[in-house]
Amino acid sequence: MNPAITMATVRRILSQIRHDHRTLALIIFVPSVLMVLLYYVIDNQLVFDRWAPMLLGLFPFIAMFLVTSIATLRERTSGTLERLMTMPLGKLDLLLGYGIAFGLTALIQVGLVLTIAMTWLGLDLAGSVAVLTLAALLNALLGVALGLFASAFSRTEFQAVQMMPALVLPQLLLSGLLVPRDQMTTVLEWLSNVMPLSYAIEAMQKVTTSAAATAALWRDIAVIGGCVLLALVLAAATLRRRTA
Amino acid sequence: MMSSAVEVVDLRVVRGGHEVLHGLNFLIPEGSIVGLLGPSGCGKTTLIRSIVGVQIVASGTVTVLGSPAGSPVLRDRVGYSTQDPAVYADLTVIENMRYFASVLRAPRADAERVIGEVGLTEQAGQVVSTLSGGQLSRASLAVALLGQPQLLVLDEPTVGLDPVLRNELWRLFHQLAEDGVTLIVSSHVMDEAARCQRLLLMRDGEFLFDDSPDALRAYTGLGDMEKAFVHLIEEKEAIQV
Repeated sequence: MNPAITMATVRRILSQIRHDHRTLALIIFVPSVLMVLLYYVIDNQLVFDRWAPMLLGLFPFIAMFLVTSIATLRERTSGTLERLMTMPLGKLDLLLGYGIAFGLTALIQVGLVLTIAMTWLGLDLAGSVAVLTLAALLNALLGVALGLFASAFSRTEFQAVQMMPALVLPQLLLSGLLVPRDQMTTVLEWLSNVMPLSYAIEAMQKVTTSAAATAALWRDIAVIGGCVLLALVLAAATLRRRTA
Repeated sequence: MMSSAVEVVDLRVVRGGHEVLHGLNFLIPEGSIVGLLGPSGCGKTTLIRSIVGVQIVASGTVTVLGSPAGSPVLRDRVGYSTQDPAVYADLTVIENMRYFASVLRAPRADAERVIGEVGLTEQAGQVVSTLSGGQLSRASLAVALLGQPQLLVLDEPTVGLDPVLRNELWRLFHQLAEDGVTLIVSSHVMDEAARCQRLLLMRDGEFLFDDSPDALRAYTGLGDMEKAFVHLIEEKEAIQV
C-alpha cells in the first residue's frame, strides 16, 4: 500500500463521478427529495422525527452499494482491473480509494439531506449531529464495502443491480425498521442480530431518541465499523492478480 | 553474452478444462522485437497473459527480466497493453494517463509524452468514450509506454489503424528496441511479421516456427508471409498424416 497511489485512485474515482453529471445529481438530490416527500406523506411531526433518521442511515448505504458494485464490475469487465493488477498498486490502494471517494460523496449527500431535514422539515434530534453524521458515513462505507464484495459475484450489470434486492432487502426487513426486532420469532431475531444493517438502524434510532451518546450507541457504531472492515477483507480476497 | 528478457520452459496452460498451451519453450533476448503471430484462438493472448503474470498456469516456468512472471519487482518494469482497450471510458485521455502514471510512480510529464508518441495530442482533453476505435486502442497502448518499461507486451496494438499510423507505431517500436527495450507484439495480420526481428508462429497452442522473417522466407521459398505461414501449416499436417 502506498498513500500517493491511494490518493491518486481517490482523485481518479472522483473525476469519474464528476464527469457523469446525471449520476452525481441523482446521488446528491434524490435522498433529499425523498425526505421531503416522506415529510408530507406522513404529515405528522412526531412520526416523521422517528422515521427520518433511519432513512438518513439507509440512503447512503443503498446509494453507495449500487454505485460501488457497478463501478467495480466495470473495472473487472473493461480490463482496467487486470491492468492495475500488473502495476505497483496494492489491493488496499484500490479498496481504500473507493472507500474514501464514495465516503466523501456520501458526506455531501448526507450533509444536504440533514440540512434540509433540520431546517425546512423541522427535524427534532435529541442526540448529536456529529454522531448521526458519523453513523451515516459508516453506513455509506458499509455500502461501499458490501458493493465491492458483491461485484465479484456478478458477471453483468444486470446481475450487479439485482444484488441490491438480494443483499439489501432481507437486511432491511430484518432491521427493525418495519417490526421491532424483539417482536420477531427467535430464528428471525437471531438472523437480525447478525445483519449489519440492524445495528445501523438501531444506532440511528438511538441518536434520535437520547441526548447522551450511550455505551449501547457506541457498541452499535463499533459493530458497523467492524462489519465494514470484514467486508473490505472479503472484498480484497476477491481481487486476484492471477485469473484463469 | 546477452541476457534473456523472457525465458519460458515447458509452459502448459489449461482453460475451461482444455489444455490451450502445450508445453512451450523459448528465450527472448533483451532489446529485440518479437512478433507473436497466429490465427485468432491459437493461444497468443493466453501466452501473453502468462508472460505478464496474470494467467494461472498449469505447469512450467516463465521468467521475466530474471524474476518469475508477475513478481512485485516487475510491476513497473513490464508495460502491458491488452487486446481490448483497458482505459477508463468516462475520463479524458490525459486524466487516464495521469492516473496510470501516478500508479507507476512515473514522472508527471510522462502523460503528455506518451500521448504524443501515439499521436493523440489533439484528443488529450477528450473523454475516452467519444474516441474512435483506432484512437481508443492507441490510448490503451499509451498506458503501456508510461514510465520506463524494459519489456513491452502488446496484444494486437495495431488493430484497426490506418497504414500511416501503423507505420509510425512500428517506427516507435523499433526506436524503443534500439534503446534496449524488449517488445513482444502479437498480431493476426501476417504482413506485420516482416517488421519483427524474430517470429513466433503459433497454431493450436504450439509453435510452428521460431526464427527471423528472412529465415522463414528462405525455409519456405516464399516472399509473402501469409503464404509462408500457410505453407508451414500444410507441411506440418502432411507430416502428421
